[in-house]
Amino acid sequence: MDSLILASLVLPVFGAAGILLAGRWPNLRESVTIVTAVATFACVVQLVEPVLAGSQPGVRLFELFSGLPVAFRVEPLGMIFALVASGLWIVSSIYSIGYMRGNGEHDQTRFYVCFALSIAAALGIAFSANLLTLFLFYEILTLITYPLVTHSRTEKAKRGGRVYLAILMGTSMLFLLPAIIYTWHVAGTTDFRVGGILPATLTPGALTALLALYMFGIGKAALMPFHRWLPAAMVAPTPVSALLHAVAVVKAGVFSVVKVVAYVFGAGVLAGQTGWLIAVAAFTILAASIVALRADNFKRRLAYSTVSQLSYIVLAAVVLTPLSTVGAALHIVSHALGKITLFFTAGAIYTAAHQTEISQFDGIGRRMPWTMTAFTIGSLSIIGIPPFVGFVSKWYILSGALSAGMLQVAAVFLLSTLLNAAYLLPIVHRAFFREPVHDDHHGEHGEAPPFMVIAVCLTAAGTLAVALFPDVLVGLAQRIVSGGGV
Amino acid sequence: MALAQHLPALQVILPLISAPLAILFRRAGPAFLIVTAAAWLSFAIAIALFLQVDASGLISYPMGNWQPPWGIEYRLDRLNSFMLVLVSGMAAVVLPYARGSIEREIPHESHYMFYAMLGLCLTGLLGIVITGDAFNLFVFLEVSSLSTYVLIAMGRDRRALTAAYQYLIMGSIGATFIVIGIGFLYLMTGTLNLADMVPRVAVIESSRPGLAALAFISVGVSLKVALFPLHQWLPNAYTYAPSSVSAFLAATATKVALYALIRFYFTVFGDSFVFGKLPLPEFMLILSLFAMLFANAIAIFQDNLKRLFAYSSVGQIGYITLGLSFDSVHGVGASIMHLFNHGVAKGAIFLLIGGAVARMTTRQAAPPAPTFERIAGLSKAMPLTCFGVVLGGLSLIGVPGTAGFVSKWYLVLAAMEKGQWWLVGAILVSSLLAVAYVWRFVEAAYFRAPPAGRETGKEAPFALLIPGWLLILATLWFGLDTSFTAGAALDAAQQLVHSGN
Repeated sequence: MDSLILASLVLPVFGAAGILLAGRWPNLRESVTIVTAVATFACVVQLVEPVLAGSQPGVRLFELFSGLPVAFRVEPLGMIFALVASGLWIVSSIYSIGYMRGNGEHDQTRFYVCFALSIAAALGIAFSANLLTLFLFYEILTLITYPLVTHSRTEKAKRGGRVYLAILMGTSMLFLLPAIIYTWHVAGTTDFRVGGILPATLTPGALTALLALYMFGIGKAALMPFHRWLPAAMVAPTPVSALLHAVAVVKAGVFSVVKVVAYVFGAGVLAGQTGWLIAVAAFTILAASIVALRADNFKRRLAYSTVSQLSYIVLAAVVLTPLSTVGAALHIVSHALGKITLFFTAGAIYTAAHQTEISQFDGIGRRMPWTMTAFTIGSLSIIGIPPFVGFVSKWYILSGALSAGMLQVAAVFLLSTLLNAAYLLPIVHRAFFREPVHDDHHGEHGEAPPFMVIAVCLTAAGTLAVALFPDVLVGLAQRIVSGGGV
Repeated sequence: MALAQHLPALQVILPLISAPLAILFRRAGPAFLIVTAAAWLSFAIAIALFLQVDASGLISYPMGNWQPPWGIEYRLDRLNSFMLVLVSGMAAVVLPYARGSIEREIPHESHYMFYAMLGLCLTGLLGIVITGDAFNLFVFLEVSSLSTYVLIAMGRDRRALTAAYQYLIMGSIGATFIVIGIGFLYLMTGTLNLADMVPRVAVIESSRPGLAALAFISVGVSLKVALFPLHQWLPNAYTYAPSSVSAFLAATATKVALYALIRFYFTVFGDSFVFGKLPLPEFMLILSLFAMLFANAIAIFQDNLKRLFAYSSVGQIGYITLGLSFDSVHGVGASIMHLFNHGVAKGAIFLLIGGAVARMTTRQAAPPAPTFERIAGLSKAMPLTCFGVVLGGLSLIGVPGTAGFVSKWYLVLAAMEKGQWWLVGAILVSSLLAVAYVWRFVEAAYFRAPPAGRETGKEAPFALLIPGWLLILATLWFGLDTSFTAGAALDAAQQLVHSGN
């Protein structure tokens, strides 16, 4: 069991080394990526059964500070995140091949190396047994994705990279690090435990301050006003946007939020203390949706949609009912599958038609039927329409909010669902029901390269498949609240 | 067994002898071999002594078998055995590097002199650390300072001369202040042995001469430490000295001066007096904050990389003195750790930059200054050098996984223990300033196009790359395995804080 945990962390690193060595032979290099991704996923999947059965395998590596080790423990929430990250790595690798070759990108070896290392960092976050380990991999993830975000090395990429780094490192250093050290100072441990680790002696003021440090310190969760790095990171190639928005980065953020709320604070300590945070999250959901509504740039609209969807998870976590926590965990999966489909579409359109603005998408669905059908499915899932997975997670979150009697939270979710539909469905309408504008500038184009179409269809099918067979994921999510054998 | 007893003496004597031997040969080759052998041996001895102190506690060695307090005593505890490892280890890494790098920086006929001076400088620094005698400490301080002036002046840039001269004036003022302070102490206590002084100082420390001694020593040592605002000599000295000298000084010279400060404050005068009864903690706190915020901010706007990292050193010294001013186990421990962690990271950075400069240097002209203009797009030609500098920079920032994170953690923890949240903020803000100057390098090296006419396509020479990367790997290692650094530093802090008096 221990070896499986370590293997899933080390495999991507070895994969990165292999990619570097095979850099001169693109076909071999991409094979290394795919093989590593599949092997890593296989390792992660084998952990599911024991975790589902209630055990929590763990590994302790070494002590960084006395009494404070770098250690891993696989609990249900981390299991879900690890499944998402390693599973989507396979799909996005397939997609990357189509995108990077289709667009003739430079420095592809560096791209695949950094991508593999990002996955290793994401799995490190997923399996971390304490805050210190989580912080270690959290910062590594920021740094290793920086070369990906700034892949094009243009002036625009440099500026986007600055915002990306400044916000993510600024928040994690100024807020998250002192929060962790303070937790260590008052609690004498930073382990994740069901029910929390903070001593009961903490005053409500200190508790609120600490919660604020954590919530704004985890900048990857993009709580307003620290959300600007996500739109800034749009300069990245689309597979990187997929990595940021679906596979690893923002998911690492909301995962950390749920983990801190559930395992550092605990529902008991936080009860009645989270009103302001619910307000901030609700504001983020609505404000980001409205910005998305007004954006014409496709990736920008998707980026603000992500900001809004992330706050779903934050909000669900701080509602503090068991049902909403299950919903938060499930929404990590459903948003990942839905949003990766949408971003894959954006890249496919860019590669095939060289279009980036929504107003240029008239009739594009007739030329790219597969891609745009997948987009429609992804949109429906994000909006939360059955039988797609977005519906399942929203159902849990709403039930949780209602069981706690939080009608205003339920209202925010319903309103936001309408906004989701308002900024996604017009794209579908435009793509399928408007006449294509003939454009001399861009010649006739057809479907995107096959690698990309396969990937986007796979993820769209995933939104359906997970919704139809949710047992494993729901089982894992319910383990979070029912508690494993801690 | 007999030899093992004399390790403390050999620690200093080996490099001391190597210097005149190097001069006797008058040739670069043998001089290099002799001084390098001495440095490696003294590194081995330092490790042996460290382990010995770890196992058995204090070591006292009477020089020439003249018993203390009459004779000179070499006295080893957790703190200085740890420092010996840093100083001799840096010398062991820098010397092989110097062979490759001074080729282009110093005329061939003075190479033997360079090695001799480096040997003397090492002698002086090791002597300051190991000795238990106040006047002996001053003598070694002069040995190291005088040889440092020569080493800096050897830089091929003509401004090296003014830099060395500036340092000579400041350093001499510092040394004079120190010797006056030691004189007062001798006057009042009648002894020069530091350990012997401790109980006697406790009686007279509040007297006017006692306070004067403390004041003179504080100012004198602070000059050598380059504590803000007495840091004016440092940026020029680091910028214009030969690369290997910049690296060695950045990693050891100010660190040894800090050691002397710790020794006088915590052992001789006792922290309960210095930090408990005098307004020194507030004073040190303010100066440290100025160093951390001002010097780091100034660093961002430098155009020459060596100068940038020199100002960064002034800022990092601020962290160290800040930790001392807390006068707690975690605070002082963080300082001692940071002496080591920062020394290794900064040494690595200077070595790597030196390698890049060496590649850009032609034999006829003086080495070009590593300005941002010149290093634009350098990552294409020298990927390993640039990546190494970035990793070293991450340690200066204090990113987890690097050594700098470990010391930052304890420093923040110490500030929290004092309940000083605004200081927590100041520490973290100043590490964000480090992000700014490290990222200036990243953007220049990785984003900008190389200037026209630069020789492209070649990594720095391997002889220069390997020592730098060795230290970078050490930085990463000590960022994950902290049993050596944090273990020794916290132990030493335990011994120092609230020990006697």
